[in-house]
Amino acid sequence: MAFDIMSNLIEGEPGLSIAISVITLVLVMYISRQPAHEIILSITRGIRNTLRLMARSIMSAEKAVQAKNREVLISQGKEKAERFIEREFHRVAVQVNRDLSGYPSLQRDLKDQITRIDDDYVGSSEVPPQPPEWLKAVEAVASIPDNGSPVVAKILNDIHITLKKSLDVDLQEYRRANRDRHNLLKKMMPHWRSLSDSLDSVEKKITGLEQRTVVLDSQIDEYEEIQNHTDHAQRTLSESSLSQFFISGIVLCLAVVGMYVNFHLVAMPMEEVVGASSYLGSSSIKASDVAAIFVISIEVILGLFLMELIGLTRLFPVVNQLENHKRKTIFWIVLTFILLLAGLEASLAYMRDTLVADKLALSQLLAGSGVTPVEVTEPPLYWIPSVGQMLMGFILPFVLTFVAIPLELFIHSFRTVGGQFVVWLLQLLVSTIRFLANAIYGMGRVLVNVYDLVIFVPLKIESVIKPKKSRKKSKKLAPVILKETQEQQKQEERQEQPKLMKDI
Amino acid sequence: MIWVYKTPGLSLLLCLLVAVLVACTEQNKAFVDHQEKRAVYVLVDASGHYSSTFNDVQKVMRYLLRTLQPGESLALARIDSGSFNESDIVARMTFDIRPSMANAQKRAFLQMLENFSKDTRSSKQTDITGGTLQAIEYLNEAGSRSKHILLFSDLKEETREDKVRDFPVNYSGASVVAMYGSNLQSKNLLSKDYVKRMEYWENKVEKGMGSWKQITDLDQLDTIFE
Repeated sequence: MAFDIMSNLIEGEPGLSIAISVITLVLVMYISRQPAHEIILSITRGIRNTLRLMARSIMSAEKAVQAKNREVLISQGKEKAERFIEREFHRVAVQVNRDLSGYPSLQRDLKDQITRIDDDYVGSSEVPPQPPEWLKAVEAVASIPDNGSPVVAKILNDIHITLKKSLDVDLQEYRRANRDRHNLLKKMMPHWRSLSDSLDSVEKKITGLEQRTVVLDSQIDEYEEIQNHTDHAQRTLSESSLSQFFISGIVLCLAVVGMYVNFHLVAMPMEEVVGASSYLGSSSIKASDVAAIFVISIEVILGLFLMELIGLTRLFPVVNQLENHKRKTIFWIVLTFILLLAGLEASLAYMRDTLVADKLALSQLLAGSGVTPVEVTEPPLYWIPSVGQMLMGFILPFVLTFVAIPLELFIHSFRTVGGQFVVWLLQLLVSTIRFLANAIYGMGRVLVNVYDLVIFVPLKIESVIKPKKSRKKSKKLAPVILKETQEQQKQEERQEQPKLMKDI
Repeated sequence: MIWVYKTPGLSLLLCLLVAVLVACTEQNKAFVDHQEKRAVYVLVDASGHYSSTFNDVQKVMRYLLRTLQPGESLALARIDSGSFNESDIVARMTFDIRPSMANAQKRAFLQMLENFSKDTRSSKQTDITGGTLQAIEYLNEAGSRSKHILLFSDLKEETREDKVRDFPVNYSGASVVAMYGSNLQSKNLLSKDYVKRMEYWENKVEKGMGSWKQITDLDQLDTIFE
């Protein structure tokens, strides 16, 4: 359109018309050079400033999100540590109640055993036999010189024999007493062993408690770190949250596969319950499929409640606030429901097998027109798939109850991982906006140069015609303006740099 | 009521149990039989030579038994008298919504079909209009949206002289399919007379707000429901 107007200025002379138009345009552009430059630069500067403002506001939003993330991470970490410590204390309490409640009786046993050992020990101590009282008299008589008298010699000989006899009796008595003492010492052996066993068991119990206290100590240190909001604690929590997110995500994916298998076990026989010709609203979703999904969902929900009641998860605060006896009652009810649903699924899974076989037989019967179907004997171990299906139908509801654990982990870690992802997105947005701002500003400068390129002819003429003075002046002014612009640019960059460094 | 307030967990679980029971044992009202349920009425002309086309009938019936789903209807009747009546119906069934029961019904239907194939007596009279009237009535009663009448006949109507059959019939929503298989083709029955009769029936059906279709290739039975 514009080209048509330009080429038809003088009728029949399109070349001349175009030339005149171009010259006019260049002249107009030359005249309006200064304001045009200013407009281009001010527009691009304006856009750049707006974008920078945008980037700044996004940055502040990002900081707010980061602070919130930190808060959530710390509170989650605190809660987790508290739960762990609480559980450890509970275990310690159980151990103390179980092991050390029997301590008085153990002490009594030990005392008894020690008393018995002491008695035996006292009984077994070697008491040197006391010399008979008359031995001194005999010694005195024996020291009497015989003076060759046979009577005296005989008396002395008799005394010697009597003494010897007495000593023999004593020796035998001494040996018997020794034997008794050895027997007593032998009897002490089981007491020693039992005492040793008792002490060993005490040692084991004490060691177990000691180990628990070590774990507790480390956990309390960790808790203190979290409480003090240290960077190390935050980093550890963040890493653990990310790994938990992926692990729980993988487990949940596997659970979904399990649910899919479960669905296929139940959906077909469910047609027998809700009918095969009913559909959900105006869609092509079968009522039996919806019923199967509903049953599986109920199983998962019951599983969530079960895990909550056991205390493995804390998704529903209301359940945690229930009294213990109520929790127990509800636990048994939920378990009964799951058991019933597992039974239902097992029977449906078995029915599925028979239905498939029936359908297959009928389609074979209908396929051959007038031909009697061949009797096929069932291969050995044909029952294994049926039993396998039944078992799967029975086990899967119980397996699905454990979905609650990874689900809780996933929900908790998703909050922090999601927050981190939002922060990353905002950072990316800030970088993009900054890049755009700089690119637009650069484009404005390029446009100014392109503008001058279009009007280079009048500019050249101007440089030739212009008096030397003014040229000199302009020559002097040009570097000043350039320098000013460069300085302004540098100043802006200097202002930007610390922010960028901080962001990085 | 106090019990409900005191034990909210138990109440919740009780509600869940009730919901499971409702969902599993009763037909939920949210589920409707919106999908086009099909009903097929097969009319077999037993007059003269046409009775020998029973192999084709059996092939089509087996196809229908394979194709029709629980909740859909199928009927088989022979046109062998001057005036069509209930006694001409060989079998009619609306298959149960439970697949196992529907399979048992299909087996029973197949048995009736086998018994029917043994009855090879032919008739001199053919009341096609009476047969289609009966078929329309049955199809309407079945409450199906997709209604089909399969006609195994040479389309030559032979009724008693006192019977008037030249009146308009309301075929609204029904698709009348003229089947002629191998037997008719081998006997070269696609004569000018047959073509004329077919045109007559086509006009009659279309005037009665129905649709007319012919199937010559029994290997393309899918076209019945198109």
